Amino acid sequence: MHDVKTDAALDSAWSGGASPFAMGSKKLGMWLFIVSDTLTFSALLITYTYSRITNPDWPKPFPMNPAIIFSTTMTVVLLASSLTMVMAVMAAQRNDRKKTVLWMIATMAGGLTFMALHLREWFHLFEEGATITHNPWGTPLFGAVFFGVTGMHMTHVLIGVIYLGIVATGYGRGKFSAEDVEVNGLYWHFVDLVWMFVFPLVYLMSVKY
Amino acid sequence: MNDHAHAEEAHAGASVGTNLAIWIGLVAITGLEVFLAYEELQPTLMLTILIGLSLVKAAMIMSYFMHLKFERFSLVLWLVPAMIFCIAMMMIFFFTEAYWGMGLRPH
Repeated sequence: MHDVKTDAALDSAWSGGASPFAMGSKKLGMWLFIVSDTLTFSALLITYTYSRITNPDWPKPFPMNPAIIFSTTMTVVLLASSLTMVMAVMAAQRNDRKKTVLWMIATMAGGLTFMALHLREWFHLFEEGATITHNPWGTPLFGAVFFGVTGMHMTHVLIGVIYLGIVATGYGRGKFSAEDVEVNGLYWHFVDLVWMFVFPLVYLMSVKY
Repeated sequence: MNDHAHAEEAHAGASVGTNLAIWIGLVAITGLEVFLAYEELQPTLMLTILIGLSLVKAAMIMSYFMHLKFERFSLVLWLVPAMIFCIAMMMIFFFTEAYWGMGLRPH
């Protein structure tokens, strides 16, 4: 039998009986993954920006039409998909399974639209002769770092869409909890967040006037 | 804190209206970035402004969409300073070398 003082100690955040951050291990694990993935993208983006700033003859292959219009649309679509993900998490917290799945499907549609627009933009660059090892406008570094950074991000979007599909299916069937939807949401917002740096650093720093 | 209280804390968050306002703010900042891209500023000045705006957008996404504003502050203290330190270490030679590359440092 515990006295009041002992109970207070067991109930404290660092007693070992409860999470000090008041969240489940899945969510905490996702936060740790996000921090580690942030460092991966930071390394890529710092490398890209260093190359961009130190090369006076860095190419500016992005005209308003189609590159900037496409990439700006992609940014708005990705931001919209984050908002639908927020709505999915809110619906899951209300235990509204039908609406949760519908909002998650809307989020997946946003992700797929983003990928379609991005691939169209890639093929436009391929048509102009840019590849991962070749750059028709000068320094060969451009192709490697451009396709490296955007390819890494698009891989994350693809994984995010698959992840959303798995969690939406599982949640709809009652196999996953609202926490699983929230953890899925953290990943999706992170993919959105990374693009908020890729878009200005890669596209807007190299617009064709 | 008991499990019920944990659950209540986890469910607290921004309203639909607030999240919509954050989304509109994010789209507006994106529009500002695109506008600035055509102002033909010096690359280092452009880079500084764009990174600044991106950090504002990142803070908005993390605070509201990723719910960090509504989590315990100990989580923020655990994650964010370590992340900033690691990124700062990656950039330790960035400003001196990159600015030298732009011919802004006497040599």
